[in-house]
Parts: sequence; structure tokens; C-alpha cells
Amino acid sequence: MINLIRFIQKHHVLLLFLLLEIIALNMLFRSNAYHRSAAFTMNSTVSGVFYRMHKSITDYFYLQQTNEQLAQENAYLRQQLQHNPVLSEKDSMILTDTVFHYIPARVVSNNVHFRNNYIVLNKGYKSGIEKDMGIISPEGVAGIIIGVSKNYAIGMSMLHKFTAISVRFKNNGNLANLSWQGGDYRFGIIDHIPTHLVVNKGDTLITSGNSHLFPEGILVGTVENYITSDDGALNQARIRFATDFNRLRQVYVVDNKHRSELDSLLMNRVDE
Amino acid sequence: MNNFLRHSFRFVALIFIQVMVLNHIRIGGYVNPFIYPLFIMLLPFSMPHWLLLFIGFGTGFTLDLFMSTPGLHTAATVLVAFVRPYIVRLASGAPLPESASAPTIAEMGSRWFLSYSISLIIIHHLALFLLESFDPAHLSDSIYRILLSVPFSEILILMLVYFFQPPRKR
Repeated sequence: MINLIRFIQKHHVLLLFLLLEIIALNMLFRSNAYHRSAAFTMNSTVSGVFYRMHKSITDYFYLQQTNEQLAQENAYLRQQLQHNPVLSEKDSMILTDTVFHYIPARVVSNNVHFRNNYIVLNKGYKSGIEKDMGIISPEGVAGIIIGVSKNYAIGMSMLHKFTAISVRFKNNGNLANLSWQGGDYRFGIIDHIPTHLVVNKGDTLITSGNSHLFPEGILVGTVENYITSDDGALNQARIRFATDFNRLRQVYVVDNKHRSELDSLLMNRVDE
Repeated sequence: MNNFLRHSFRFVALIFIQVMVLNHIRIGGYVNPFIYPLFIMLLPFSMPHWLLLFIGFGTGFTLDLFMSTPGLHTAATVLVAFVRPYIVRLASGAPLPESASAPTIAEMGSRWFLSYSISLIIIHHLALFLLESFDPAHLSDSIYRILLSVPFSEILILMLVYFFQPPRKR
């Protein structure tokens, strides 16, 4: 007993250091369950107040840029209304409207320089946002909601180890999976492209609509360069994201009204 | 009491600069300076080691609250607080002079402070970036980011220190 006390007295700093590091690392690795990380941010009122302050100041600097973005988006939507025969038919328009709802939100905090980056939005379940909804920016796909509180929501952006979305080549309709492998925040990567597929620089990628997170046909990015593998099996393509994650400010959360129905249908299929 | 106020003010100021300004700086997607370890660096020599650890824990935890990265900055900052006394000994190469009370440029000289602060910054950034990616596949990427961010953090820290605590004229 005396030896133990002597041991603790002698090494109290080292023991305290190990204890504190274990607490910290425990927090770090448990937070991979995303809810915890979300709850952590949202429930800290102090940081919430700070971020609101910061937002209210910096918003002014970006007014012009945001205006331009919204104006461009308006122009694009108007054009679609006029020229898209599917959209201008009344029935299908109502159909698309009832399936996907868009909840506008502002980005409260966002990162691009980590391996795993998160987007915090200024709306939560009070505004109808739920876990596993898609986030799109006026330019293209941005991320996926992973946690919500009353007034805030947190999402993993495309710039995250676990974000992979199903995309489609616009010109030939082939499916692919887009992910991000770290490094430059402007480029993602598509793995496992079969060799027979012809991919050119500048090819457009759109969402496939397979995941129910995003409606079909949202712009994702363009092919920057095509990397053929040495063993001639499966190739890669480097993709320039349509969304500039470093300037992300105004986003829309995609609410798929038929998602629970689709999910339960798919669950049934698995059961049988 | 005066000292306590000064350190508290420095704590608030450094966290404020870190969260409001530096976390929004990203040059080429790689460089992200962190200056808040300066708070741990400037604590007085007389502070007991265990208290240093607790303060490191609190500092890192505050950062984590703002950056929604539970545990990440806490782990890195506790490590910095833990190694600080050893780095002080290494940087001095000899027992500290009796008069030394705080590791500032005014008391210890700028060469001493440079080697002291750069050692702690390297340790901090190593822990932070490696824990953040935590994936051997991205080791080279993390090291690249560490190599780019360390000089930036160090330059900012030296600028702050020279501005607020200029070396004594002799």
C-alpha cells in the first residue's frame, strides 16, 4: 500500500498526463458516432453565440457574391422552366414538387482543410431537417446531414472519408461512385472505371438519383483528368467539384418526401 | 492577481484570433496555422507541472468546442503541456537562471525562444494532424500539411510575441 502511494507520488504527473490523454482520445474516437459530435457543437451555447456573431459580421463581406450566386441560379431555373419540355408539363412538375422539397439554409461553419470536414447549418429539426438528407449548393452537390438539433444541423461535406455518392455520366448514363481522398478540396475521385468506358476531360457528372438523398440530375462536377492504371484493369478519374467548398454560404437541404416509403420498401425486400 | 488577469486576457485573445480569423485561413487547402499553443508556452516557469496539464486540457477543450472536433485539440494540447518542462530544459541546455520567471523573449532571449517555440509547435502539429487523419494511407498527405503549417504558425507566433512583448533594449 505504501509502495503504491509512493509510486503515485513519484509519477503523479505522468499518470495525470496519461489519464487526460485517455479522456481526450476517448472523446475523439467515440465522436466518430456522428450524433455525438453534432450534439457536442450544438449544445455548446457559447460557441453558438460566437459563431452567430461571426456570421453577422462576415455576411456583409459576402453580400455581393451571394447575390450574384442567387441571381445566376434564378436565371438558370428560369431557363429550365422555358426550355425543359418535361418540367413545363403540368403533371410532372407537380410530381417533382411533391417528392423533393428544398429547405434553404445558411452555412454557419465549414472546413475544407481537414481529412474529414463538416458543414454546420443554421436550421434544425424545427425547420424540418432530418438526418440523412442531402445538402446542395446553388452550384452542385455539397454533402449529407448527419445530425440535427432544434436550430442547427451538422452535415459531412463531400470532403469526408465516409462520403461517397452515386453519380452518373451525363453523356452516356454510366454509373460511378464519387469520393474524396484528401488533399486538394477542389478535386474528388472516381474509382473502378471499367476500361471499355470512354471518359473525356470535361465530361459532366450528375447525381444518379439512386440514393434517394438527391434528386436525379443535380450537377456534381466535371472530369479533370483520366488516370489509366498500369495493370490495365480499372481506371480512375479526377473530378473537379462543381461546388466551391471554400466559398460555401447558401445551401438547400433536400427533403425527399417519399424516402421513408422507399426505405421501408427496400427493407421488406431484404427481409424476404 | 495582476498576472492571473494578464494570462486570462491572453487566453481569450488567442482563442478569439484562432477561431475568428485563423480557422478561416487556408492557402491551397493545406496551410492552417494554429497559434493558441502560445498560451501554454507563455505560462510562468513556477507553474506546477500538474496544473500545466489541467490548463492544457482546458485550452484544448475550449478549441474543440468551437471546432466541433471533440478530443482532437485536447489531446494535442495536453501533450504540449506535458512536454513543455522537458523542452525548456533542452532549449536551455543548462539549469535555468535564478532570475528567470517566464519563458518570454525579454527574459530568455530570442534564440532561446525560437528553438523553444518551434519545438512545441512541431510536437503540437504532429499530434494534431496525425490524430485528425488517423489513417496510415494519408501519412504523406498529413506530413505535407504539417511541413507547410508549422512555419506559418511559428511566424505568426513570433510576430505576436515581438509585438506584445518586445525584447528588452540592452
